[in-house]
Amino acid sequence: MITTTDLTKVYRTRDREVTALDGVSLHVHPGEVFGVIGRSGAGKSSLIRCVNLLERPSSGTVTVDGTDLTALAGRGPRAGRELRRARTRIGMVFQHFNLLSSRTVQGNVELPLEILGLTRRARAAKALELLDLVGLAEKARAYPAQLSGGQKQRVGIARALAGDPKVLLSDEATSALDPETTRSVLRLLRDLNQQLGLTVLLITHEMDVVKSVCDSAALMREGRLVESGKVSDLLATPGSELAAELFPLAGAASVAGRTVVDVTFHGERAGQPVISGLARTHDTDVSILAAAMDTVGGRQVGRMRIELSGPGADADRAIGYLRDQGLTVEVHDPRTAPTADLADAAPGADLVKE
Amino acid sequence: MTWEQMQPLLWQGTIDTLYMVWWSSLFAVIGGLPLGVLLVLTDNGGLLRNVPVNRVLGFVVNVGRSLPFIILLVALIPFTRFVVGTAIGPTAAVVPLAVGAIPFFARLVETAVREVDHGLVEAALAMGGGVWAVVRKILLPQALPSLVAGLTTTVIALIGYSAMAGAVGGGGLGTIALNYGYRRSETDFMLVIILALIVIVTVAQLIGDGVVRLLARRERAGT
Repeated sequence: MITTTDLTKVYRTRDREVTALDGVSLHVHPGEVFGVIGRSGAGKSSLIRCVNLLERPSSGTVTVDGTDLTALAGRGPRAGRELRRARTRIGMVFQHFNLLSSRTVQGNVELPLEILGLTRRARAAKALELLDLVGLAEKARAYPAQLSGGQKQRVGIARALAGDPKVLLSDEATSALDPETTRSVLRLLRDLNQQLGLTVLLITHEMDVVKSVCDSAALMREGRLVESGKVSDLLATPGSELAAELFPLAGAASVAGRTVVDVTFHGERAGQPVISGLARTHDTDVSILAAAMDTVGGRQVGRMRIELSGPGADADRAIGYLRDQGLTVEVHDPRTAPTADLADAAPGADLVKE
Repeated sequence: MTWEQMQPLLWQGTIDTLYMVWWSSLFAVIGGLPLGVLLVLTDNGGLLRNVPVNRVLGFVVNVGRSLPFIILLVALIPFTRFVVGTAIGPTAAVVPLAVGAIPFFARLVETAVREVDHGLVEAALAMGGGVWAVVRKILLPQALPSLVAGLTTTVIALIGYSAMAGAVGGGGLGTIALNYGYRRSETDFMLVIILALIVIVTVAQLIGDGVVRLLARRERAGT
């Protein structure tokens, strides 16, 4: 639905060049929620603005719903007619809502409909329908200043849906909201994604956003996509930074030289007594150093860092057993990182705190 | 001079002053509004970025702003004669007043429009809006309270300038003040004229502030 190929964006100022995007190739499938996560300055904002060409990429192409937008681009900072028409089919929501304080809620939702050239009556009908969809029908006549942050973002979402877009771009839509409001706005995005088949590309610096709504995710750093893929696949990928950040595990081996293993449980595996099975069948002592359980993309996922010891502690056999149970197992090399904490060692681990 | 003698003069002077201020304000809006918006749009980072055009417009505006009005008044006499056929009277005074007020108002428009949050412009562009939609639906409505405040300032400046136009036979309260109050030393009449000017300025300011407050109220509503 959204494909970018080798996208680069270089900002030139008088005395220096800043590379915001450095060869970004992204593929968002129809109907999925795709999250790009990264720190501020990683290039997320440039990336999402290049998708609807609010920013013109220095090179590379952007294709949305089969249309190569980079080919439609007008000259200079002005967008040509075809690009403007293409943009009406791409909704966008913003971190600071960007609502007009001089218009009512309904007036704000009608703005894109005015640009589309609908009649007054058609605009009003459509705006009220959209406000109903986001649960704000009774606020139609209020001004943005009278709304809470979450309500403002719902208006922003209603406005973004005015052109019946197939794609919704979300630029840190929940970053200005408190955790509870964030959850309700994300739930709304999830619902819209499922009810309308809307494809969502969101950028965020909050891991929780990726955890709760994203089907796929990409980690961005210094203008490059470091990792990208389905969240469930990433969790099953040993060494995945995103997986480590979704589930930061701390804890080191109590005695140097013992085997430390990270285990990831998916779906129904999460409910089975695998660890006690391991202890029983292999006569092994299992110490749990750290564990986390969460719901990612609507599925139960758990991660655990364990230490193996005891009379039958043949690490290789134990690991083999865990793999046979269908778990993802990642072994810490005792020589290279016997006591280091993976989560802390991973660059970008402080993402979650940002 | 008795009040009966003053009254018709004062009345005619007031009418002439309002006439000059009304028409020159109208031209200030017609000329200054697009000029001010263009100054923002053609600037670096603007939607119609064009540095040479921006520089030229900025230069023209600065020249208009830096000339003392009394100089402009005299310098424009040939132009005024060409436009209205005469250089004397309230209608003739409208020409230099408008020429002086256009760059004045344009700068105030520029400041007001520049204040509009760029995020709103970005939102309109993301909806598929073009430059015209951004100007009409975002920049002007969002800047409206500041634009009205700027217009109030312009109108009040024009009331002052229109009195100056009296020096070259423009008519209005300025002419009367010069002819009767100054040349004939009718101090009482001078005081009455000054009072009339104060009243006109105060009323203009009150109306302007009232409109701004009305426009701003809904935006602040509930906070």
